Amino acid sequence: MIEASGLVKRFGDLVAVDGIDVSVQRGEAFGFLGPNGAGKSSTMRMVGAVSPPSAGVLRLFGMDPATHGPQIRARMGVVPQRDTLDEELTVSENIRIYGRYFGLSRAETRRRATELLQFAQLTERADAKVEPLSGGMKRRLTIARSLVNDPELLLLDEPTTGLDPQARHVLWDRLFRLKRRGVTLVLTTHYMDEAEQLCDRLVVMDGGRIVAEGSPRSLIECYSTREVLELRFAEEDLTGHARAVEGIGERTEVLPDRLLVYVADGDAASSEVHRRGVQPLSSLVRRSTLEDVFLHLTGRTLVD
Amino acid sequence: MSTATDPAVAAREPARALPPRQRWRPAFEFWWVQYLRTWKGSVISRFLMPVMFLVSMGLVLGDLVDERAGGVEGLPYLQYVVPGILAAQAMWVAMGESTYSVYGAIRWNRQYHAMLAAPLTVRDVLLGHLAYVALSVTFGTVVFVGVGALFGSWSSPLVLLAVPFVVLTGMAFSVPCFAFAAQVKDNTDQGFALLFRFVMTPLFLFSGTFFPVSQLPGPLQAVAYATPLWHGVDASRMLATGRPDWAGLGLHGLYLLVVLTLALWWAWRAFHRRLVV
Ligand SMILES: Nc1ncnc2c1ncn2[C@@H]1O[C@H](COP(=O)(O)OP(=O)(O)O)[C@@H](O)[C@H]1O
Ligand SMILES: [Mg+2]
Repeated sequence: MIEASGLVKRFGDLVAVDGIDVSVQRGEAFGFLGPNGAGKSSTMRMVGAVSPPSAGVLRLFGMDPATHGPQIRARMGVVPQRDTLDEELTVSENIRIYGRYFGLSRAETRRRATELLQFAQLTERADAKVEPLSGGMKRRLTIARSLVNDPELLLLDEPTTGLDPQARHVLWDRLFRLKRRGVTLVLTTHYMDEAEQLCDRLVVMDGGRIVAEGSPRSLIECYSTREVLELRFAEEDLTGHARAVEGIGERTEVLPDRLLVYVADGDAASSEVHRRGVQPLSSLVRRSTLEDVFLHLTGRTLVD
Repeated sequence: MSTATDPAVAAREPARALPPRQRWRPAFEFWWVQYLRTWKGSVISRFLMPVMFLVSMGLVLGDLVDERAGGVEGLPYLQYVVPGILAAQAMWVAMGESTYSVYGAIRWNRQYHAMLAAPLTVRDVLLGHLAYVALSVTFGTVVFVGVGALFGSWSSPLVLLAVPFVVLTGMAFSVPCFAFAAQVKDNTDQGFALLFRFVMTPLFLFSGTFFPVSQLPGPLQAVAYATPLWHGVDASRMLATGRPDWAGLGLHGLYLLVVLTLALWWAWRAFHRRLVV
């Protein structure tokens, strides 16, 4: 559905996307994971056929967005990073007018609005204005609206950023349903749990480049250990402690507030730390996540 | 909802990209729906203000002028000034519809971006919105012609022919405002306030609306003749007073069309620059 090679986006002197190769197949849930400024949105806007690539080749449904933009966009749904809802119109009107952009008849847009509001659990708000809705509801409305054309491919740019945990889970549930229905999902996120939950395959982006690619599990296997031992200390400066625990794990990462020791067996490592006489305020054993993969690949955390 | 296996889907009306010639229509429809939702808030500035000018200038001041000077250019002041106000209200409505709403559709609610993520293009977004402004200006003009008739402001039924000239005048202001609103950087409030204060108001006062341009100092006369409003005012006045000079009307129409064409090119470029990044 998406074939991109050597894709570049420049804004003046700034290179936002620096030559990426991506290929997404029908039915996949594909993710771009990366921190703010990594170039995720710039990539999504090119893939959404609204932003012309500065260089590289891009084919969407086998078509060139430079010449077939409308035909391409007719077949996909877009949830942009910032909502583009009309706040003065009602919830239902927002969906209906959007359906008209896709050449649907008024009767058909009414039918679909009813369906989609049910799907987005917004039926009771159908005739309310958009402006006072909560962030989670607006996001659900944007997703509902993006589905008005029965898209084969749905692009979601940070679908849950800024939402509270409960609202995020409601949204994830809706996205799972879409995935089960066979809609191809492409999403960006800087939440590793979101990427792990939703994506079959993902790329890790940093500074406009792809630094790793694979399934969440294979990325963790490839770039991290099974478990992580997190140690917190009373002291500000952790370099001394880092030296003391050296060699216990495959790697040690020093974060501003804690040490991360990468090991296969966290409990064993914890005993070893105590045996060496290191006394952390707290120690915690957890499974490795994509956050650890990112830290390993870039030396930085995803969310700061 | 779409599923490959659901038999109901096969019978569903399919979504599609409209043919290029029709794509502006849903963009127009969006603004129309939005107008239906919000018209109440704009009634005063849209309709009452021009009517207040009609009453205060045409009737009240008119009596005074007629008493002291015996009218202007051989006409009662009411019949002189109201055709001018007709053209000026078109500029007024057009500029009001072409600033904040354009800026907001780019920056605030970002409705243009919603359209562009769907199968519309920059051209459709621009033309659809302009079509709505044209309709809105036409509507305001027709209402004003009706109200003017109630007060006896027209000395000839040819005033009906003035409507297209007046709407054209409005659009000759609308389109450059679209371009300006798309181009303006931050501090829009300032930009638009300057536009209203230093472009719209002086034009309103000095384009032959209230008194003949020939009474302005020479250099200002040249400025007045160069701006679209004077052409609209003069065309409107010729027709409403039943004294059409057909060649002059043709030139006014031509002039307004040239301004409109140049402005469209400017707006199209400004929209591309702002929206295709
Ligand atoms: N329209 C634009 N004009 C100039 N710079 C931009 C524009 N959009 C994005 N950028 C810059 O490109 C880089 C990548 O941004 P973006 O693609 O939004 O990253 P992400 O979505 O991963 O946070 C950032 O440095 C950002 O400031
Ligand atoms: Mg982004």
